[in-house]
Amino acid sequence: MIDLENVTKAYSTGNHALNGVSLHIDKGEFVFIVGDSGSGKSTLIKLLLKELEPTSGTIKVNGINLNKMKQRAIPKYRRKIGVVFQDFRLLKDRNVYENIAFAQRVVITPSKNIRRNVPAMLSLVGLAEKYKSYPKQLSGGEQQRVALARALVNRPNILLADEPTGNLDPKNSKEIMKLLETINERGTTVVVVTHNQEIVDQMKKRVIAMHRGVIISDERKAGYIQHAN
Amino acid sequence: MFSLASIATMSICIFLFGLFFCVVENFQYMIKEVEGNVSVTVFFDETVSQDEAAMKEIGEKIGGREEVAEVKFVSAEETWESYKYIYFAEAPELAEGFANDNPLAKQAHYEIYLKEVEDQNSLVEYLESMEGIRRVNKSVEVADILTSFNLLVGYVSIAIIILLLCVSVFLISNTVTIGIAVRKEEIAIMKLIGATNSFVKAPFVVEGLLIGVIGGAIPLGLLYFLYTKIVNYMGGQFDNLAGLVQFLPVDEMFRILLPVGLALGVGIGFFGSFLTIRKHLRV
Repeated sequence: MIDLENVTKAYSTGNHALNGVSLHIDKGEFVFIVGDSGSGKSTLIKLLLKELEPTSGTIKVNGINLNKMKQRAIPKYRRKIGVVFQDFRLLKDRNVYENIAFAQRVVITPSKNIRRNVPAMLSLVGLAEKYKSYPKQLSGGEQQRVALARALVNRPNILLADEPTGNLDPKNSKEIMKLLETINERGTTVVVVTHNQEIVDQMKKRVIAMHRGVIISDERKAGYIQHAN
Repeated sequence: MFSLASIATMSICIFLFGLFFCVVENFQYMIKEVEGNVSVTVFFDETVSQDEAAMKEIGEKIGGREEVAEVKFVSAEETWESYKYIYFAEAPELAEGFANDNPLAKQAHYEIYLKEVEDQNSLVEYLESMEGIRRVNKSVEVADILTSFNLLVGYVSIAIIILLLCVSVFLISNTVTIGIAVRKEEIAIMKLIGATNSFVKAPFVVEGLLIGVIGGAIPLGLLYFLYTKIVNYMGGQFDNLAGLVQFLPVDEMFRILLPVGLALGVGIGFFGSFLTIRKHLRV
């Protein structure tokens, strides 16, 4: 499903954000990518979203070689990948329903289907009653759930979550993780970038630890692996 | 807010464009009217003026010239008749003395009407070089003034219109740039979700087009109203000017101005926004 082979990403400053990273994630897996800031986690997400190009190495997602992908094919590719961020990135001037429907309109979904899909997603994330609320009227946990619903409404087969609990309290963090697990159980591959040790320890999933652009460990059913400086 | 400012500026630009267009078009129209009356008169040598075949031959040569719209032969008798009509109108008995002895017997001539008034000089040069021609009379002042004034109005209008178009494109571009900055977050989200380039660009192009259409329609409506009023007012107030100043009828004017003005608005709106999006939105 996700294959990285000897991927290096160097910025113009000469900084190596990723240095010869190789990894394989299977369909339906739940993977944590952990590491301190500057370890290359976010660069990895950006490469998977094709926001950045690798300096060298090959990235394959869903069997497609991203290095060879043409510019105009990127939108179609991104529709198969859901993404959530630490800062939720919701449209503040639109209510919950509209934020989710927006994702469907972007991919030109018929109105009839939008009216069916959006409430179903809201039920999944437990916000069916708050569909008229605006982001600022919601708690952080609720906003992240809206972001999740938006990421999932187009039925992606991969969900990338970049520090999804970074702005949340432990209770909300746990709920979001539970939701991610449910989504994973439904067949979506979930990749979570985080440095929330407690969550990682509780979940007992595959953990890939990174430090200064290289993978220092990759273990199944592991806890949070911290690099001893 | 920024769209309103753009519509206002676009309206002013197209209004000014329309104003100049009306002036230029009317001027052209008046020149055409005057041109119809500007003529070159050719008198013959003594020998030729008695020889109808020779005069006919010269007339055919002149008529064959490209710049000539019409050649009218005026015989010595006709010349005397019109002279009499002008100068002896109040005392026709005085002219009777010349009844059998036309004093203008050698004044048979051609009146030559031009297609374009600015071709007068080249035609006169040609006529003066012809055999059998004694004198060429031309409407120097009228032709020169009309030609140079026409050119001046044309150049000034073109310069002002180009300047206004640049200002319009700049303002639309500015509006779109601000729009992109304001919606930066929304655009970033759209791109992440998988919106195609055209989906991201479309609202900005539509905005540009709308600014163009509205910014074109308002001044054109206003111009229609004002033009009708002015033409009616001038027609009513200055009856004596009717022969001299002829305005292009409202319908005829707007048959050209309406599509040109709207196309200009839409064109500026489209290109202004399209080029800006290309520059600022690398999607």
